[in-house]
Amino acid sequence: MTGSTPARTKVLYGLMGPACLLAVTEAVPRLGIVDRRFLPPASEILGALAAELRTATLWTALGETMRGWALGLAIAFCAAVAIGVVIDAVPGLRAASHSTVEFLRPIPSVALIPLATLLFGASLGSTLLLVIYASFWQVLIQVMYGVADVDTVADDTARSYGLSPWSRIRHVVWPTALPYIMTGLRLAAAVAFILAITAELVIGSPGLGLEIQTAQSSGAVATTYGLVVLAGFVGIVVNLAVRALERRVLAWHPSVRGEVAS
Amino acid sequence: MTSVDLEVERETAPARSSAAGGLGRRLLRLLGLPVLLILGWWAFSVTSESFYVPTPPRVAQAFVETWFSQRLFDDALPSIARLLAGYALATLIGVGLGVPIGLSVRLRAAAEPVLEFFRAIPPPVLVPLIMLLAGIDNGMKILVIVSGCVWPILLNTVEGVRAIDEVLSDTCRMYKVRGGARLRHLVLRGASPQIMAGLRQALSIAIILMVISEMFASSSGLGFTIVLFQRGFAIPEMWSGILLLGLLGFGLSVLFRQVERRVLSWHWSHRA
Repeated sequence: MTGSTPARTKVLYGLMGPACLLAVTEAVPRLGIVDRRFLPPASEILGALAAELRTATLWTALGETMRGWALGLAIAFCAAVAIGVVIDAVPGLRAASHSTVEFLRPIPSVALIPLATLLFGASLGSTLLLVIYASFWQVLIQVMYGVADVDTVADDTARSYGLSPWSRIRHVVWPTALPYIMTGLRLAAAVAFILAITAELVIGSPGLGLEIQTAQSSGAVATTYGLVVLAGFVGIVVNLAVRALERRVLAWHPSVRGEVAS
Repeated sequence: MTSVDLEVERETAPARSSAAGGLGRRLLRLLGLPVLLILGWWAFSVTSESFYVPTPPRVAQAFVETWFSQRLFDDALPSIARLLAGYALATLIGVGLGVPIGLSVRLRAAAEPVLEFFRAIPPPVLVPLIMLLAGIDNGMKILVIVSGCVWPILLNTVEGVRAIDEVLSDTCRMYKVRGGARLRHLVLRGASPQIMAGLRQALSIAIILMVISEMFASSSGLGFTIVLFQRGFAIPEMWSGILLLGLLGFGLSVLFRQVERRVLSWHWSHRA
């Protein structure tokens, strides 16, 4: 990537950044620049995180969060792909739905928090409502771009060979739209994780967000920071996992093939 | 997007091409589905006994009564002001730090893992932390918005600055374009498509954080008011708040698109 810089130096610099961050968060509270009741030293934060990781409660909470995330993402993904394909297949529907999609899409899903609270209370349902609303639009927009990108020659060829509508979707539309759909999935996965945590934090559905909220209100400052760090790591894992899936599903696609070759 | 619209136009145009018919059709296309959806909601709210689904006229009435009053100045406008202040501050910090990091190979190698980590933290979990550090006043709410918005802007600026065309960069060096002129005409200009992409991501995060920071600990603001209505079971008022947040999100995204079109008017993707 950097060309002239050898890979080893790059790794060295890469390690230096986190090391500096750790050193600063360790030094600042110890030197009394910030009160350690508000920002404990890094060693305490990581110690609290390690202690939490040994408890069963934390793993249950993490499981709840990931369940809400995965379930919500899966429902939103299937619904968005199905609706996107239908909008493309029915003539005139794309033009008719344009204004509605453009209006509903930018509505912040946190606006639905009061509604979710009323309908579902502090349960998985609230998490799902927010996660689905937020991630649905991310996928739908990409699906709509994707199905509009179908090569007319390929489509005409499929028609003249007498492919049924279903096999046209399967063999022409789907491969064209797949890279777009995977981009949508990647964006949606990150958004879904944010909204899952948010629902737990604000509404109080069980999960990692609720643990953070509980730790904060009970004054366990180091634990609060530790859990936030954990949330960051889970976020990174989510991103990496979706990227790996994308590379695998699109292994045949020129953009990924080129990446591997170079 | 436009090419898609054109294609649809061509499909339906031969049917009838008088000017009045075209306008009617466009209006139908624009408003048909929304009107159907509102009618559907209306029918549902009239027939169902659910307490949570008020009729559209009731929501519209609540909207006018609630938001065209003192609340506009006490709750809505201060919220929007905080949103814009946090967003502007995050832009300054993000671009200000992103340019030097993007220009220096070593700085970038050192900073990137840390930045990726901060970006991966879901921004709302920062709310309890910042409440610890900064209390629960206006400053805290703006700080929350800044702390969430700054990462996408920063990372996209770094990427944009890094990917500046080498030929352009060498040309600038040949012609001895340096300092402020180089920054303005080469670095910021070249990175602006990426920076705008970061700003767009940051905008939706900013709205989320504005609402959440007010839901947490506050006695005014949009988020607080909506939760207050919900706790008091003032259902039409709650819906009117949701509607207002929706309109805010929609309005800001339209505004953003206008700004983006203006800023990137030189770029190929925006030239007709």
